[in-house]
Formats: sequence, C-alpha cells, structure tokens
Amino acid sequence: MSNENLVSRRGFFMKMGILFNGLVAAALTVPIVGYLLSCITRGRANAYLSWVPLGKVSEFPAGETRLATFRNPYVTPTDGKTADTACWVRHIEGEQFQVFAVNCAHLGCPVRWFQQSSLFMCPCHGGAYYQDGSRASGPPERGLFQYPYKVENGLVTIQAGELPTPGSPIASILGKKPPCAV
Amino acid sequence: MRRLITEVGDWFDRRLQLAAPIREVSEHAVPRNTASWWYVFGSAALVVFLLQLVTGILLALIYVPSGGEAWSSLQALNHDVTLGWFIRALHGWGSNFMVAIVLIHMVQVFLFGAYKFPRELTWIVGVFLLLMTLGMAFSGQVLRFDQDAYWGLGIGASIASRVPIAGPAIVKLMLGGPIIAGATLSRFFALHVFVIPGMLIGLVCLHLLMVLKLGINEWPMPGRLVKKATYTAEYHELTKKDGAPFVPYAVWKDMFFAAFILLAVAACALYFGPFGPTGRPDPTIIQTVPKPDYFFLWLYALLSLLPPSLETPALLIGPVIAIAALLLLPFLSGEGEKSWRRRPIAVLTILLTAISLGTLTHLSGFTPWSPHMNAWSGDPVPERFLHGTTALERQGALVFQVKQCRNCHSLGELGGQRGPSLDSVAVRLTQDQLIRQVIQGGGNMPAYGKNLSPAETTALVAFLETLHPAGQAPARDASRDVVLSDAQEKRPGAQP
Repeated sequence: MSNENLVSRRGFFMKMGILFNGLVAAALTVPIVGYLLSCITRGRANAYLSWVPLGKVSEFPAGETRLATFRNPYVTPTDGKTADTACWVRHIEGEQFQVFAVNCAHLGCPVRWFQQSSLFMCPCHGGAYYQDGSRASGPPERGLFQYPYKVENGLVTIQAGELPTPGSPIASILGKKPPCAV
Repeated sequence: MRRLITEVGDWFDRRLQLAAPIREVSEHAVPRNTASWWYVFGSAALVVFLLQLVTGILLALIYVPSGGEAWSSLQALNHDVTLGWFIRALHGWGSNFMVAIVLIHMVQVFLFGAYKFPRELTWIVGVFLLLMTLGMAFSGQVLRFDQDAYWGLGIGASIASRVPIAGPAIVKLMLGGPIIAGATLSRFFALHVFVIPGMLIGLVCLHLLMVLKLGINEWPMPGRLVKKATYTAEYHELTKKDGAPFVPYAVWKDMFFAAFILLAVAACALYFGPFGPTGRPDPTIIQTVPKPDYFFLWLYALLSLLPPSLETPALLIGPVIAIAALLLLPFLSGEGEKSWRRRPIAVLTILLTAISLGTLTHLSGFTPWSPHMNAWSGDPVPERFLHGTTALERQGALVFQVKQCRNCHSLGELGGQRGPSLDSVAVRLTQDQLIRQVIQGGGNMPAYGKNLSPAETTALVAFLETLHPAGQAPARDASRDVVLSDAQEKRPGAQP
C-alpha cells in the first residue's frame, strides 16, 4: 500500500470531515454576518429617518434661536434618556426656519447659543458659528448640520433620526441650505 | 501534618503531572544581570491585569449594561452597595496604572533592544496587547455611562465617519444603530467584558510562552551586537556561564514591585475614590464640557491644535503609520546594537514622543483653545482697566463683556485664551486696525460687523484703545498723523 496516489479510507474521511465543517461554518457565517451588519441599514436606505414635530410655530419667537428637544423616532427598549435629542431652532420670520443639530461639525460636542454675540460656541475644541450656522472660526471645516424642516398645521416638523457626523451622507443632506434660509 | 500535605500533593500530581514542568519553568536559568529592577514592569502589568479581571467581575455583579439604567447602577455602586465605591475606584485606578505600566514596559523593551532577533514576535504580540489595553481603557470609559462617555462616543463617531466611503456604515456599526443609545452601550459592554479580555488573555499567554521559550532579554552591553547566525548560541552560552534560576534569584524583585503597585492602586483608590460618573447621559443637557480620560487627553489636545485641513488625514493615516511603524520595527532593526547608550535615535524618539505627549496632556489641563463659556458673565473687568476712564470707554467695557468677547480674550489673566490676551492690545493695533479686526474678524476670530451697531463699535474700540501699560504709548498710524497735521496746518491759526 505504498502507492502515494491512493487515498486511505481514514484520510478520505478526515478530508470529508474538514469539508463538512467548512460548509457548515460557511452556512452559519451568512446569518451571523447578517445579524452583525443589520444595524447599518435595517434593510433599506434611510430607514432611520422620520418626520418629528418640534412644537408650535408660536413657541419659537421670530428673530430668536431656541433650544428644542425631541424623542428620536427610532427607539429601543434600553435607550432611556439617550433617545432624547436637542436641536437649535432659529425662527427667521413667517414660516422661515433653520433647525441646527447641537452637534458641532468638528467632532460632535454640543454647541451653545450666545444670543448677545449671535454665535454658537463649542466647549470642546473651540469651534464657533454665526447665527445662520455658517462657520465663524475654529477647527470645524463646515457650518452646523441642519435638519430638513417643514411647517404643517402650525407645527415645526423636522426630518431626523440619525446622529449627524462630518462624514455621513445624511450630514451632507442636512448641510444643504433650504432655499428660504438667509 | 507535613506528611499528609505531601501525600495529598503527590495524589494530585500523579494525576495532573504538573509539578515537574512547573519546577522546570520556574527554575529556568536567566542571565544573572537581568535580575534587575528594570525587568519588573512586564510582571507588574500582568498582576494589574489580574486585579482588573477580579474587580471587573465584582463590578459586573451590580452593573446594568442598559442605556436607561447603567448610570443609576453606577450611583448605586458608589452610594448604596457596601464598598462598591472602593471596587469601582480600584478598577478605575487599576486601568490608569495598567496603561502606564504597559507603556513603561514598552519603553524599557525598546531601549534595551529586546525586540531584536529572535524576539520579534514577542514584540508584535506586545504591540497588540498595548492596542487592546487602550481599547479596554476607551471601552471602559464608555461603560461609565455618563455625559463624558456619551459625548466621547460622539467624538469617536465623528472621527470614524471621516473614513472614505465606509465611514457612515462604520459609525452605525460602532453605535449599533443610528444614534448613541442603548444598543451602543450593549456592544461596548460585550467588547469590554468578553471580546477584548478574551483576546487579551490569549495573547498574554502567547507573550509569556515566548518569553519562556526564547529566554528573557540579556542586559544589553554596548558593543555586543546581535547577529542572527550566532545569537542563540551566544545566549545559551551566557545563561550557562552566568545564569541563575529565575525562582528565587530574580523573582523576588518582580514580587516586591507587583505588591508595591497593587498597594499604590489601592492607596489611590482609597484616597481619590472612584472616577465619576459625571452627569446623567441625557443629550438634551448641553451645558457640559466633555473630556476624555487621562490617557486620551493628548489626542483631545491634538484635535484642537491641528489645522482643519490636516485633521482628517492625520486622524485616518496617523494611527495606521504609528501601528505599522511599531509592527515593522523588529524587521527594520532586528540585528545590531542593543544598548541604548549606542542608539541615540532610539533615545531621541522616546524623548520626543514623551515630550510631545506630555505637552499635549499638559495643555489639555487648561484647554487654551476653548472659549470660557461663562467668562462674559462671570469674570470681572479688573479695576485698573476702568480707573479714570470716560463714560464712552466704560460703555465699551460693557460691550466687551456683553458681546462675549471675554469668552475668548482674557483681561488681567481672567477669561478665555482662544484669542490673544487684550491687556496691551492698544500697543499692538492702531484705532483703524482695531475697528477692522472687530468688524471683519479674521485670524480665527469671527466677524462682528453684523452684530455690533456703529455706536457699540465706537465704544468698544474706545475701550480697547485704553488697554496699554502705563509707561507705553498706544500704537498709532504715523501717516494718519501726517495727514491730520497737514490738514491742521492749512487751517488759519493752527498749532504746528
């Protein structure tokens, strides 16, 4: 039995065993990877975005910028307070608004509004923005993120649901100035 | 009694057969001069890691990894559970000590040339152990689910989002969803408690196995060069001629140092107490100044000081280069001189890195780049700047405060440091330049033109013009003087 081309019975079964395990592993990989990646899309594009009401137009005096809060449209049972989100609402006049994310366009820290100097300032790395959200100074490469908004039945409503970050496509959608912005 | 212990021991050893290999390992010969206080950091890191395992399990008895309840369970540990605060403090301080000792261990190994042939793989595994230690430190900060953790995750997400193409997917993968919420905490819990510790335990075993198989690095002698062809034989010769059993010849120093470190961790825990948690992780509370833990402060400072255009490349390429350099090091200089006395570039690299990291960490202690959010309403204008001023100038001082200039500019050492101190601004800028700077901004200052009335600008500049030391005249525009005096001369009866 010294013929090298001859596969022994045991050797054959061992190879079959490896193959069998490989097949099972590959079959299991599909659901495991699917489970791990499910949080990225939830199966469809922009699945996390919804229109959320912020409040009546009358709650936001014209010419002023006020902090508003909303509950994120996508919530899980263990979110607690973390699903509550804040945003800055600038009421320009009439039905013209700008709704800014509180997250600094640099690294996401919460910016604060200073009415007297009409500036948003970031406490982390010193980013500053003008009242229309455009960059004033500091490390940010762009202006504040803006939520698309609409005014319906006297309610200011924004499209929200994702954390705006400098690289996310949603941020570039958010960053587009609505035509009514000054 | 003694006979009974021996018999019980023998009973176990006949079945386990571990006594002989353990004796062999513990009594293996090490070069005599490695029984040094310089060689104790690796074992100390291991002991602190064991402390982290034990205290981590103890904390997991109470801690709830839920976005809604983690913060309250930490409060319960701090205030309700007997000695819960102490276990939290041990775990927190243990983490700081572990990062510090791992770094010191790495520096020692680097300076003693221990990464050279044949210990390249030991070094590479060590690099991964360092990365995992940092991963544990960051994920641990996330589990302390407070405001710093929440906004720290936001910073992590903002950095990750800048990866080309895959950025947004990486962010959602990191957060476990579209926002920082319950799922985020759950996955960081899994990383901190299962994934990274599991890999750490495996790699620590591998690291130790290689130290035993290849022998501890001998004390480097200037001029004794490592050559792949001869090193192994030379090392065996050395341990044979000038070797001593690891136990007890060298081990007592390891034991003393490890005990001392544990004592130091306990002392810090007892004296300083646990870290946080700071405020509740409620994103609607925006009156917060998030800061990372100690070992990431240098990064926080770096992110403030890098020019915007360099930031994304530095964030994405910098770590890759740094890790690649560490991994390639043993292949680039796997032979040759081991002693730091003959490796000036190695010593300079360590010094430069230490000074850079130290400076950045020091700067992040007082964040000169951040506006002081309450300076405008809280910091008084020092009396000497108001003494003998006119009503207009005082009005200007008010404008200066009300328009939040103070948040970025200090007066008399008080106020923000984002912009230059204005104690003697009148010496640097003429009236025209002051007006231009205020209205148009520039040089990293916002433009205030739209936000100041002409009267406010006049008052503000009048105040700024008074800001010069008593003996030093304010800056003036020479050409303006000439123009004004020309104009005056043309008038009849004018003074020269």
